[in-house]
Parts: sequence; C-alpha cells; structure tokens
Amino acid sequence: MEILVCIKRVPDNEENEIELNSAGNDIDRDDLVYSVNEWDNYAVEEAIQIVDNVGGSVTVVSIGDEEVDEVLRREMAMGAEKGIMLTDDAFEGSDGKGIATILKGVVEKGNYDLIMTGAQADEGYAQIGGMLAAMMDVPFASLVNKIEVGDKTLKIGREIEGGNQEMNEIDLPCVLSIQTGINEPRYVGIRGIRKVASVEIPEFGASDLGIDAGTIGEAAAKVKRVDYFMPDLGDGAEMLEGSTEEIIDKLIEILKANGGLS
Amino acid sequence: MAKLYAYISHKNGVADDTALELLTAAAKIDAGASVTAIVTGSGADLDKVCQEMAASYKEVLKIDNEAMAYPNAEIIRKALVEIIKDDDIVLLPHDTFGMDLGPGLSIKTDSPFAADIVDIEGVDGSTLKLIRQEFAGQVYTHVTCDISSGAILNIRPGVCKADESKAAGGSVTETSVSADLSAGRRYLETVIPEAGDVDITKSDVLVSVGRGIEDEENIEIAQELADAMGAVVSCSRPIVDAKWLEQSRQVGTSGKTVKPKVYMAMGISGSFQHLGGIKGGFMIAVNKNPKAPIFQVANVGVVADILEFMPELTEKIGDL
Ligand SMILES: Cc1cc2nc3c(=O)[nH]c(=O)nc-3n(C[C@H](O)[C@H](O)[C@H](O)COP(=O)(O)OP(=O)(O)OC[C@H]3O[C@@H](n4cnc5c(N)ncnc54)[C@H](O)[C@@H]3O)c2cc1C
Repeated sequence: MEILVCIKRVPDNEENEIELNSAGNDIDRDDLVYSVNEWDNYAVEEAIQIVDNVGGSVTVVSIGDEEVDEVLRREMAMGAEKGIMLTDDAFEGSDGKGIATILKGVVEKGNYDLIMTGAQADEGYAQIGGMLAAMMDVPFASLVNKIEVGDKTLKIGREIEGGNQEMNEIDLPCVLSIQTGINEPRYVGIRGIRKVASVEIPEFGASDLGIDAGTIGEAAAKVKRVDYFMPDLGDGAEMLEGSTEEIIDKLIEILKANGGLS
Repeated sequence: MAKLYAYISHKNGVADDTALELLTAAAKIDAGASVTAIVTGSGADLDKVCQEMAASYKEVLKIDNEAMAYPNAEIIRKALVEIIKDDDIVLLPHDTFGMDLGPGLSIKTDSPFAADIVDIEGVDGSTLKLIRQEFAGQVYTHVTCDISSGAILNIRPGVCKADESKAAGGSVTETSVSADLSAGRRYLETVIPEAGDVDITKSDVLVSVGRGIEDEENIEIAQELADAMGAVVSCSRPIVDAKWLEQSRQVGTSGKTVKPKVYMAMGISGSFQHLGGIKGGFMIAVNKNPKAPIFQVANVGVVADILEFMPELTEKIGDL
C-alpha cells in the first residue's frame, strides 16, 4: 500500500503557554517551541504499522519553508521512507481550501492508495482531509481510530460522541483523518534522526505541481484570521492566594462546604 | 436571495441539543431571516423530529430515504448539494458528524468553510465576522468569511443558547433526492465501549487529571488524593491516549458525561471537548498556568504545580 501522510509543523501546545503579545494583536512568538502536530504523528505511526503488515511505503509531505525540514525528518526517522516539501511564496496566506488545493497537486504526482491527515491541527478547523477527498472525488472518513486493511477496501472505526465507535467499510483509494489514541506512536531518538539527516527531500512549488497560482494563497483565501485577542471573560474562578498551607486550609473548608470530603 | 439552512442532527426520534442552538446562530447572521431546517432520515422517527422542528423553524425540509436512515455524511452531502444554491448559507454543528460533512460539502457547493465557530458578530456587506478560539481556548481570533458565494459554517455545540421560543408555527415540506445514493463509505455498526473497572458517573467527587500529571507513575499521586477524599480518579483525553488510564475514566464529548458534587481539575487546560462532559457541580481547578482557560469556568482556582500540591493536600486531609 502506498500511503501519503500530510503533516504540519505547529507550536507545541504541550510545551508552550500561548499568550497574546504586548501589542495584543498576535500571539507571542518569542521562544515558541514547534513540533509536528500531535494528530499527524498518530497518522504517521498508523501508516508505518500498515506498511509493516501489508508492504508498501509511507511518504510524508508538509507545506512550509525550510523549517518544515525538521518535522519531515522526525517523521522519516519513525519509518516514513520518503519526504516531500512543498514550498513557494505563492502558498502563503492560503485558507483551508488553498492548502487542500496544494496537497491535491502533490497527490496527483504520485500513485497513492491511501492519504492520511491528522483529524485537526493547531487552528482546529478539522478541514483539510475532507476537502482534499471531495476535490479528488474519493471517499473520506474523519476521526478514524481503527484501521483494518482488506482487499480494495478498509474496515475503519470512527470515534463518535460518548466514545462510541462507528464502524464503516470504505473503498480505496480514500482519505482518512486520524484521531489521537489510535496507536502508541514510537519514540524517536537523536540517533534515528541522524540516520535520515542526509536523505534528500525533494521540494516542489506551485508550477511543479501544476497549480494555478490564482486558486491559492492570500488572494484566493475567503476565510481569513484578522487578529488574535482576549475578550473580557468576566471574573472566572475565585483564586485562592497565600502560602501553600493557607491555600490548603481554605481549600479543605471549601471541599467540606460543597460535599467534597466524605 | 440567499437562504439560511440549519442541518438538524437527531437520534431515536429526538433532535439533538444543537438543533435549536443553530437557530440562535442563524439569527446572529440575519435577525429577520426565515431559517429552513433540513432533516434527513427515514420513517416515523424522522416524522417526529420534523414535527418537533416545525415549532421552531418556519420551514422544515424533510428528506425521507432508506439510505439516510443512518447519517452517513457522504450520502447526506449528495442530498444537500441538490438543495443548496449559489450563495446559500448552511449551519452545521461542529461535532463528529459536522466534521465529517462540512469540509467536503464546502468543496462540492463551492462555498467557503469555517469551523468551530464560538460566536458570530454579524455581516458587513459580503463579509461575515466570526469569532473562534485557537490553542485549546488560550487565545481568541476574529475571522472574516467572504459569503458572496455562500458558506458552510460549523458552530461549536453549546456556545449559542438554544432558542426555545417555539413560536415559528412552521410547516414541513417533503423533498426527494435524484442523485444515486450509493457511497464509497458504508456504515456497518456502532460499537459501544466496554464498561471499565469503575463508573465515574456514579461518583460524587472526582479527582480528574490532565496532561499536567506529566508521567504515568504520577497517576498514583492523584489516586492517593482520591483515596483520602473518598473520591474516584477520572481524566482528560491525553491520559487515555497515552494508555495511562482506561477509556472509561475519560471525561468529555468523546468520553463520559459526569455531574459530580465536586470536580477537581488537576492539570487540565479546559478545552471545550473536556468541559462538554461536565454537566454541573462545584469545580476546583489547580493549574500552574494562571491564564489557563479552565480558570474561566472553575468556581475556585489555585495556581500551583499539581505534583507538589496534591501530596500536600492528601497529607492535610489525612490529618483531619
Ligand atoms: C473530536 C475530539 C474529541 C475530543 N474529546 C475529548 C474528551 O472527551 N475529553 C477530553 O478531555 N479531551 C477531548 N479532546 C481533546 C481536547 O481537545 C484537548 O486536547 C484535551 O482535553 C486536553 O487535555 P488536557 O487539558 O489534559 O491537556 P492540555 O491542554 O495539554 O493541558 C494541560 C494543562 O496542565 C497544566 N500543567 C502542566 N503541568 C502542570 C503541573 N505540573 N501542575 C499543574 N498544571 C500543569 C498546563 O498549564 C495546561 O493547562 C477531544 C478532541 C477532539 C478533536
């Protein structure tokens, strides 16, 4: 099975407390730690496990500048055979449809049976996989948390409300967006990353992919983030202050008053 | 003239909570608009939901088809593509169905897609002004959406207050679909997760741990606190993803819905998917980040490292 996994480099939510900058119009980008989007990492692991079972190869692709080299190599160190970097000034400012249009270009250059994305990334739109599938006219499933490979089809589980699992049969080729928890992504050490350090990663721009520059980038984007802000959220919680001792004493009183200690 | 549609999710003949929330969202786009509810399904359950919706929506568009007995997004998309014209706007809930349907529907109707919308500021010409969050609610964003060719808008469940006025006195119109409704993805069955070792929904007090617990070994620190309090340990999703606790202990939209007397959120940031599983009770949040969104919803907050705070609290409670 030939599998393409689309990955994104994002500010690491686990490593960073995201705050507004002093001007109040963007997030504070100093000292942000970046990594591969958590959902995408599960997708890459799943792709590698499928290929381990049935053969084939995994390719990882990312849109961005030189900085995405690092996340591509990290995922290649996990076991993805090939990496592709999509880079072009014309890509900048694309909305979800623009990003899906760019990815469709790279999909059409290959011969993939299965395309995976993370269920969502830092912006939380959860849109790329579904758009890409619709553009390619192939079936799609979101929030996939189980995959069994069959003959020309897959049996997949989707996570739905309440932790229930919706089982489906889906024809190949298809696009799946992967939910966290589907597997346990392997650990990548420095040594693994060193091993793939010299693997060549081809780069493609809009013209290499045969994409009309008018359909991507800022000018084509119909959905745009204007700014970041913090609304006035009211008072919120009563914050307990003082020494740890004092706080704990107060907290115990509060627990007693609310039925929290039995 | 553009039409406003709301897609009604329903199950066993009962409309989802989002059904009337979308009515409120639609009014924020155009207060005077007549909003059409689209209800797909089959048989008596569908009829029931359509009747229920006619009380709130002026127009209810009913599509009765065996193939839609289960809401398969691919099939429903084919039906919607026949209904939606040019600059129509469609509202969907941003739940596991809306995430499945919305992005592809936007491509097939050639209209822009905006998702996980938490508020709508209004329309200025052909620009719709939206509010979203990023980084699990740590920051908010203003977003503009050009609606000159319509839009598919996924609204976060629970953010718009349901419009319960039921004053529409609407009518139900039936329509059919001419497209071939075979699909590349076919629904098989729904698997319900196994019950776990404890039922967190039965506990009056929950000590709930999130990613702030940092390590599997530290779960024990939370267990000791729970033991001292006579409470049960529950958790956020990343703890289950990491296999540190069973899925049956997960609180949230894709986990359990709980309503304890006291909920202790320890090292949990407060994402909407987590909060979606907490339906009341007194919330105490401990987090090392004073700006963590959980403090906006908790009753009482403490800024502290839970790995130091929990053992001290356990000890003090033990001394009582
Ligand atoms: C479709 C879908 C369904 C989902 N369903 C659910 C669900 O049912 N339940 C759920 O919980 N999530 C769910 N999620 C995930 C959700 O979006 C969040 O990613 C998740 O809730 C975050 O968990 P968290 O708060 O534990 O982790 P984080 O957001 O990483 O927050 C950790 C918090 O701990 C604090 N912290 C770190 N270290 C310490 C320390 N030593 N002491 C004190 N504080 C510390 C940090 O400041 C931070 O606020 C779902 C996501 C999707 C896309």
